[in-house]
Amino acid sequence: MKVLDIRKDGLEDIGKQGIGEVTITGCLGERYIGCGMKDGVLHVVGTPGNALASYLDGGTVYVDGNAQDAAADTMNAGLLAVKGSAGDALAYGMRGGRVYILGDAGYRAGVHMKAYEEKKSILVIGGRSGSFLGEYLAGGIIIVLGLGYEGRNITGYFCGNGMYAGTIYLRTDKTPPNLSDKLIRRSVDKKEKEDILRPIISDFASAFSIPAEKCLEGSFIAIEADKSKSYSQLYAAV
Amino acid sequence: MLRRYRIRKDESCVSCLRCARECSFGAITAEDGQTLSFHHERCVDCQRCVSFCPTGALCITEDENRFRSNSVFRQDDIREIDLQARTGGVLLSSMGAPSESVPIYFDKLLLNASQVTNPSIDPLREPMETAVFIGQRKEGIDRGSDGRIVDNLPPHLELRTPIMFSAMSYGAISLNVHKALAKAAETLGTYWNTGEGGLHESLYPYKRSTIVQVASGRFGVHETYLNTAAAIEIKIGQGAKPGIGGHLTGRKIIGDVSKTRMVPEGLDAISPAPHHDIYSIEDLAQLVMSLKEATGYRKPVIVKVAAVHNIAPIASGIARSGADIISIDGYRGGTGAAPKRIRDNVGIPIELAIAAVDQRLREERIRDRVSIIASGGIRNSSDAVKTIALGADAVSVGTAALCALGCHICASCHTGRCAWGLATQDPELTKRLDPEKGAERLVNLVNAWTREIQEIMGGMGINSIEALRGNRMALRGVGLNAKELDILGIRYAGE
Repeated sequence: MKVLDIRKDGLEDIGKQGIGEVTITGCLGERYIGCGMKDGVLHVVGTPGNALASYLDGGTVYVDGNAQDAAADTMNAGLLAVKGSAGDALAYGMRGGRVYILGDAGYRAGVHMKAYEEKKSILVIGGRSGSFLGEYLAGGIIIVLGLGYEGRNITGYFCGNGMYAGTIYLRTDKTPPNLSDKLIRRSVDKKEKEDILRPIISDFASAFSIPAEKCLEGSFIAIEADKSKSYSQLYAAV
Repeated sequence: MLRRYRIRKDESCVSCLRCARECSFGAITAEDGQTLSFHHERCVDCQRCVSFCPTGALCITEDENRFRSNSVFRQDDIREIDLQARTGGVLLSSMGAPSESVPIYFDKLLLNASQVTNPSIDPLREPMETAVFIGQRKEGIDRGSDGRIVDNLPPHLELRTPIMFSAMSYGAISLNVHKALAKAAETLGTYWNTGEGGLHESLYPYKRSTIVQVASGRFGVHETYLNTAAAIEIKIGQGAKPGIGGHLTGRKIIGDVSKTRMVPEGLDAISPAPHHDIYSIEDLAQLVMSLKEATGYRKPVIVKVAAVHNIAPIASGIARSGADIISIDGYRGGTGAAPKRIRDNVGIPIELAIAAVDQRLREERIRDRVSIIASGGIRNSSDAVKTIALGADAVSVGTAALCALGCHICASCHTGRCAWGLATQDPELTKRLDPEKGAERLVNLVNAWTREIQEIMGGMGINSIEALRGNRMALRGVGLNAKELDILGIRYAGE
């Protein structure tokens, strides 16, 4: 595995490394790392800047520090795993692949995530998320585990506002504050937990080498769109 | 409630039932397969039946029966109140704002011509340059250590004529329309724009003439899409519905539309009102640069905004964001579907917006950092010339292009039942447009306009679009007040 220093080698040279496994060290806020990456594995040591792994298209990016704003923007495929926390507008418009954040996420995480055929976007947040989580959700799965926040709110306000497909799973029994009346909150039964959550959460846990059972402890709730209250009823054609 | 149109036929009708087969709105039907039956209340006056009647027997008119006239509550006001009282719905409309009370400034601008003191130019005899390059221009020239000029020019779009096709998405319009636009753009040496519904794979070969759009829904956006284009456009807003998002109903998301947008069949496609990763000019700059990163800095990035009250400072911000081109869509810009109150009441006319933006960017000495594309109600070549003289680099046309393909502006796009096969996904209707013939008509239209532009420029003694751009001395106003003249930066006729 090649090890490159971003301060000395520059992003452009790192981009030319091609397929394979590359570690870049010394990151201090450099933007657009892993932008549009189609393959290969990138280990980022330090703190990358905004728009990390945007348009990610099949590559794998591991970050051992925190990510900033607009990480995994419009991501199409691949994996982004961040050991620390992520800033605002995480995984905006993401269509496929997996985004794992071990720490917390800021405002507007997972806004307008989607799914299409074999593509299914998956966002797992180990800690808690800020307000506006999963707004306009159009498909895919968002899971917030709230590790270390047991018994407290693990999302902010306006969770899932305007969502019309996909599912948000929260490891809590508490309904998120001011949940919209256009959304349905239901509890997750054992079968759904085993069939849907266990495979994803086990994968999440193994990415960070933490015990999966701890992440699966306790009960989950799911939030979905109330299909009887769709947008099309809003209009009258002239 | 009263019907709006009345269908009539005269004695020359031979009952061939062609009209019933052509009508996609159910206004003309053939009862038991023989007798024509008119359902006036369903008619949208699209003129499809009239155009196809072999004997010219049909006639559609506004219904003579009116509500009692009232200078405050007009016919449409009463009609719309009734509709909303019945349905409780937000009024949905399509095409550009038809409001008669907002002036069309193009009609109040007159062009100059040479007489005696400077010679006019005959475009048939002398070269007339209609090509334009749009993108950033560097402020200075860099020289290498050997004294030679270093090529530091950022990527540009080269247009053989300053007329482009506006963004219209696959979903709002049919694949055949996209094919016709792509083919025509390639032949003409100009560009067409995918809109936000993705790019159908069969159109990948036209990549050098294609501008792909990235809108708030990010539908169909992936690395390959971004790289299958000559330029990338970030859509912030459009003239017909500034400040609000889009909503393609699940009914239209079928087959290839679903595949191209990458949205499951039957699921609504909602474009949020803002891009939730752009809350500031700094965020916009970041998206511009991330798109450039993903495409290796080989393509210009366009930012499209609607013409709104503070358009000049907004354009200034965009010019400083690293974007190469600003596309401004005016009040009368078209749409496949927009809430009527938004379409008819939000935004400002393109003429005023372009003049204000050009003036502001010049004052700030950043006009060369960006090129400007103007759109929103450009109906003919003289509108295009006037727009360029007010400060645009190029114009783009959407409604005019659709008209070339058969549209009669019945403004029923939002119903998805377009009888001309343009704004629909019904396979029975979309096959009414032959993309080859459509492309030919688009090429004819733009070639004709280009010739007219050459003639107008020649008359003024100008031999290139470059010399026309921002040339406000070429314009004079009539019927305008001092404030309007001031904003347009032109003089009154006779001055």
